[in-house]
Amino acid sequence: MSETLGNPMLPALYRVLRVHREIPDTFTLELEPGDGAVIPSFSCGQFNMLYVYGVGEIPISISGNPAQPIPLVHTTRAVGVVSQAMRELKPGNVIGVRGPFGSSWPVELANGKDVVIVAGGIGLAPLRSVMYQIMAQRERYGRVALLYGTRTPSDILYRRELENWRSHFDLEVFVTVDRATGSWRGSVGVVTRLIPHAPFDPLNAIAFVCGPEIMMRFTAAELQKRGVAPERLYVSMERNMKCAVGLCGHCQFGPYFVCRDGPVFRYKDVQNWLLKGEM
Amino acid sequence: MQTLETILAQHPFFKGLDARYMSLITGCASNVRYKADEYFFHEGEAAERFYMLREGRVALETHGPQHREIVIETIEAGEALGWSWLFPPYRWHFSARALQDVRAIALDGVCLRTKGAQDHDLGYELAMRVARILMERLQSTRLQLLDLYEAEGRRVIYE
Repeated sequence: MSETLGNPMLPALYRVLRVHREIPDTFTLELEPGDGAVIPSFSCGQFNMLYVYGVGEIPISISGNPAQPIPLVHTTRAVGVVSQAMRELKPGNVIGVRGPFGSSWPVELANGKDVVIVAGGIGLAPLRSVMYQIMAQRERYGRVALLYGTRTPSDILYRRELENWRSHFDLEVFVTVDRATGSWRGSVGVVTRLIPHAPFDPLNAIAFVCGPEIMMRFTAAELQKRGVAPERLYVSMERNMKCAVGLCGHCQFGPYFVCRDGPVFRYKDVQNWLLKGEM
Repeated sequence: MQTLETILAQHPFFKGLDARYMSLITGCASNVRYKADEYFFHEGEAAERFYMLREGRVALETHGPQHREIVIETIEAGEALGWSWLFPPYRWHFSARALQDVRAIALDGVCLRTKGAQDHDLGYELAMRVARILMERLQSTRLQLLDLYEAEGRRVIYE
């Protein structure tokens, strides 16, 4: 994004194309650059700072296809003042965008390997970009397994895409929910319960994990129990990101700034910090 | 054609168990099939069998007000179903319903307990394997109780 590259603190103007309700409290925002803006490019796992004028700015992962950067796609939950205001935006409204920022999922390291993607709740959003990239170049990877856990059947994000991916013969998609009533025919239990059933070679696999921090810790433990080394396990962290360029210090996490050094980290590099409750 | 003993020995629950114990355990085993929506057992009934699932998915259920079924968790192919056969009063704490057509091997609980009591090494092996399942399911249940996805929004919790 031209403006942001010049001055990372200056938002570029974007126009809202569509606000799509995914599940009751979660929506997807589709944006296009304002007049004269350069088409942005991003890597899977990066985030933007989205600014609702007069309300505030929040960091949100990019959840679109990196090969098709327009529209710029973000999915988030409406749980705070800014995200609730964002949900009320209408096509044609203008929003500020800074970014993209941060590290990305190292999809290139997965070439020739099995890929295990574990997502919890809205943690699927930053990993959808990885799915797009893998599906576009499916021949580069070994077995691919997507394990997705969420709260209830009505909280399943990107349901149609999950169903579409599940219909592929060269992709394994497992979905589980934490709670369900009698009409649900799928799996019930936490997402870690899926790991023993997923088809992958732990000695030749790379894992990408995103979700609530507790879920990521337990998922990492289960993947390591299966034999995946912490060097080949990646997680996406979240902290209170404000400046997004490693200056303000709000998102400090041990020796790291999540906005600059993350949000995607190699698990081996952060596992000790993740176990410290005061972090 | 695979014998019952071979099939049992390949089930993850019995992985690595001494062959002499496998033949003892096979003496307690029988093949079973359940159609989708058929119940393996109901809450409160006598717990007489231990199931090794080979194909299909089973829901562990209880019921709330107005007989609304609530699924506690599902047990998948390759997993073991039920441990109430091992502990007094040998009654099921939940109901188990096949969500798909299920193939399984049923082990007679009294038979297993008797053989475990006669050979304490076998009894120890069985108890440790059931304890491992109990531990794993307890950890899963703790995570479920945390209701992680409701408590923690992605990114926006810092607004």
